[in-house]
Amino acid sequence: MSAAPESTKAPAGSHQRKLTFSPVIAHRLATFFRIFAGALLFFLAAELLTWLEFVPSTYLPRASTVALRVVELLYDLPFLLNVAHTLGAWALGLFIATLITIPFGILIGTSVPAYRAIMPIVEFMRPIPSVALIPLAILLWGQSLTSKVILVAYATAWPILYNTIYGVHDVDPITTQTARCFGLNRLAILRRVTLPSAAPLMFTGIRVSASMGLIVIVGIELLAGANNGIGSYILFASSTGGHMDSVLASAAIAGLFGLIINVIFGVIERRAFAWRLLGVASR
Amino acid sequence: MRNIAFSSAGKMNLSGTLRSFLFRYGLGLALLLAWQLAAMHAESIFFPTPWQILLRAADLWLSGPPQHLFLADGVFADILPSLGRLLLGWSAAIAIGITFGILIGRSRIFSDLLDPSLQFLRAIPGPALIPIFIILLGTETTMRVTLIAFGSVWPVLLNTIEGVRTVDPLQLDTARAFRLPPLARLTRVILPAATPKIFAGIRVSLSLAIILMVVSELVASTNGIGYRILTSQIMLLLTEMWSAILLLAALGLTLNAMLERIERSVLRWHRGARQRTES
Repeated sequence: MSAAPESTKAPAGSHQRKLTFSPVIAHRLATFFRIFAGALLFFLAAELLTWLEFVPSTYLPRASTVALRVVELLYDLPFLLNVAHTLGAWALGLFIATLITIPFGILIGTSVPAYRAIMPIVEFMRPIPSVALIPLAILLWGQSLTSKVILVAYATAWPILYNTIYGVHDVDPITTQTARCFGLNRLAILRRVTLPSAAPLMFTGIRVSASMGLIVIVGIELLAGANNGIGSYILFASSTGGHMDSVLASAAIAGLFGLIINVIFGVIERRAFAWRLLGVASR
Repeated sequence: MRNIAFSSAGKMNLSGTLRSFLFRYGLGLALLLAWQLAAMHAESIFFPTPWQILLRAADLWLSGPPQHLFLADGVFADILPSLGRLLLGWSAAIAIGITFGILIGRSRIFSDLLDPSLQFLRAIPGPALIPIFIILLGTETTMRVTLIAFGSVWPVLLNTIEGVRTVDPLQLDTARAFRLPPLARLTRVILPAATPKIFAGIRVSLSLAIILMVVSELVASTNGIGYRILTSQIMLLLTEMWSAILLLAALGLTLNAMLERIERSVLRWHRGARQRTES
């Protein structure tokens, strides 16, 4: 739409073309500027607050010290291995949870008797905080990768399962009936109607799970005194002489990775399900 | 929707009620029975039978004298401290989230500038900050409540900002045309329009708050359900540990159900438009 005046202007001469950006690029630039300015503002505010030293800087180090430490840590191979360990266990847990719960959720959601029989159990199991199972997992599997992966899988399974069941169950009955009228069999209805209309909600479940899984895994590493991972690095840094800059820097790095994961999931969601937003008001 | 029609269509006689009860809870009961039999058969100390867990739970929390309403000391050592901190931290998160959400969301520039920082802060896993919180705030209730509030404020804050920002411009223009004063515009147009999004945020923040409550009680604590789980694990009192885990489930379930009821009554007017803001 907004490209139309652009193209009419084009023959007017290269001089004018240089001054007007295409709207997409202008939008990108604005977003970039916004993010940059926002981050700078945040950093300056944090620096000012820590510079005033309401608490001694050995307890709460300056923002610039932490930022330097972040850069240092990003070049530190042992630390990066810890990060890789955490992210690996997180990804594996999330993957296993997705793999198990999505077929299960589709099965429950498509059959009315199964939905009515199983939903109360799901509702009961869902609020059990996965971190409450940390002590049990340590007893059963020790402070190993297995414990972490199983707990992350447990924690991330519920939002995915719940959203899948709801997504599949809430498919507009008229659409499925129409598909049946056109002679589609059950499998075809599932593939052509049910799955596409439930997919956005399923994906929302995965996205929510992803950030929840990150909280859970850092919690496990910190509490269980695991041998490697960001959480155990934080525990080590704080218990050996209280290197608060390292603690904050690794927390910030965990946050950065969480942010990146969020952004990636958000982009996928917007690209894959852009059609869904058409009917919704504005965003 | 379909479900309601399904169940109210049948005659409500006794056998019908029994059948719908069995239909609804039958599988759960069967699983419970299977768990009981499997645990009896396995005789593993890690997996006590559900019946033992239930007895232990009754002993821990419901064996008190009648003048205390049969509540045992465990209630005052485990449940009340946990519940108190959870509710304190969570309600602080809701209050802060909604207030700042409205303030930030009303200004386009402000919310644009703050969004990246807020997204970053939200992505920091709460448990990673426990060492800092311990150093700054000690190991008392303040630290735990702050951790819960810090960890669960983001969904409320971000959803409020989004909800306030995406109010239908037509509604705002109408309010302006009718010369509604700013305060009335806020309470009668903006807030109601943002409520569904705010509630969606509150729901997510409840599950985060429960997670952080447990996490905070697993570190340097002296009471609470998390502390009970930790001590019983260390002393290998596994039945006790299981009953504390199930207590947490019951707590989460109750709070979720209460929130759902509140949400339903607050959002009664909104039901028709509900499907549109599901995400």
